[in-house]
Amino acid sequence: MLDVRSLEKAYGNKQAVRGISFAVEKGTVLGFLGPNGAGKSTTMRMIAGVLEPDVGDVLIDGKSIISERRAAQAALGYLPEGAPLYNDMTPPEFLAFLASARQIPKGQRKDAIERTIADARISGVLGQRIGALSKGYRRRVGLAGAILHDPPVLVLDEPTDGLDPNQKRAVRALIARMAPTKAIIISTHTLTEVPAMCHRAVLVDRGRIVADDTPAGLAKRTDDGTLESAFARLTDQVEEETL
Amino acid sequence: MISAVRQQMSGFTATYRRELNAYFATPMAYVFLAVFLLALGLFTWEAARFFDSGVADLQPFFAWHPWLYMIFLPALAMRLWADERAAGTDELLLSLPLGLPGLVLGKLCAAWTVAGTGLLLTLPMWLSVNYLGNPDNAAIALTYFVSFLMAGAYLSIGAAVSALTGSQVTAFVISVVIAFVFTAAGWPLVLSTVQTLFGTGFADLIARFSFITQFESAQRGVLELRVVAYFLGFTATFAFLNCLWASRRRLG
Repeated sequence: MLDVRSLEKAYGNKQAVRGISFAVEKGTVLGFLGPNGAGKSTTMRMIAGVLEPDVGDVLIDGKSIISERRAAQAALGYLPEGAPLYNDMTPPEFLAFLASARQIPKGQRKDAIERTIADARISGVLGQRIGALSKGYRRRVGLAGAILHDPPVLVLDEPTDGLDPNQKRAVRALIARMAPTKAIIISTHTLTEVPAMCHRAVLVDRGRIVADDTPAGLAKRTDDGTLESAFARLTDQVEEETL
Repeated sequence: MISAVRQQMSGFTATYRRELNAYFATPMAYVFLAVFLLALGLFTWEAARFFDSGVADLQPFFAWHPWLYMIFLPALAMRLWADERAAGTDELLLSLPLGLPGLVLGKLCAAWTVAGTGLLLTLPMWLSVNYLGNPDNAAIALTYFVSFLMAGAYLSIGAAVSALTGSQVTAFVISVVIAFVFTAAGWPLVLSTVQTLFGTGFADLIARFSFITQFESAQRGVLELRVVAYFLGFTATFAFLNCLWASRRRLG
């Protein structure tokens, strides 16, 4: 479904991503973990076709993000970091804009929007401008925008960031419902939700993949068997190596 | 060929509607229209002495168009791309399966529609001169048309610079400076200076690229394709630059 092939990206002199490759099949939720500045968002931007990689390619549903960008992007739902939205629109206006931009046939737009509003649980705020919504609702409206066209691949950059525990649970439930039919990548800082949400965890540090395992397998690599210590050990270890 | 153009232009309708709604969803368009009309009226009546000329035509009204466009239209266009960058929504936009030309033209045309609305709202002025005398209505209609085209040229500068800087204030200031260069190049004060310094030939060349010179030839009531081609070509050039500058975002 999603095939990421040796991506590299530098900003000026700073090498943000140094050769990241992985593949995600349908039915898999992949947790994309790593410290701040590890290159998670940069990688996700390249997968979404927002940023051009210096080296490498991404195949989404078999289409190259470089040579067939529009076809690849049509098969992708993307929630950017921080869930940027148009504050002057209401959620239905925003979804209608995306439906038109994604060229969903006119007859199907209403159904798609209604289904998405129900899935993302935003029916209570339809009349409000997005700028007036709470952080939790903003995130869910952003998520609604990503799933509107029912794409086979989802790339979600910190979908649960800033949500309260109930909202987090709702988002996790939504992802679990979509998981069987999609390939999903989720980046997160909250390690505790990784075992509950992800089938696989890829840990990146300084632009490289340092571990690619199941969450349980990753946790087993340390004595106390928690993801936190695995996270700390693997990212620290790399730090020592490069010093 | 046609399918390639259609692909590049995909997103035009969605973007155009979104941007037009954004202008009217906030006080922006209303403030623009009110202040623009106020300024135009003020300049026409007070500064250009509309009633004192004793001639029923719109010459004192049209004379101010380039100058007011120079200030007002960059203000209208400055948000088009800079706002997306500030809110981070450009990332959302670039992740959509759309062609950049459709986005660029959709945004430009939305701003152009707001400017055109402002122009439409000055029609009572036209009715007034018809009440007062017998103006050359064909010439006035033509001048309105060319003024509308000229508005597109001013907006294209503002939109392109907005994509270049990512800050609304910077975009506004730079756009006004560029617009001033293209406006003032035909101003007699500038032209006579250029003529003294560099000779008549160079002054003629400069004047030919000025909005004022092009616009004045329309006011004589002769439809010159050259003028239409100039403004459309100018707009297309800056729309192309807009595409280039907006696509730089993909390079990081």
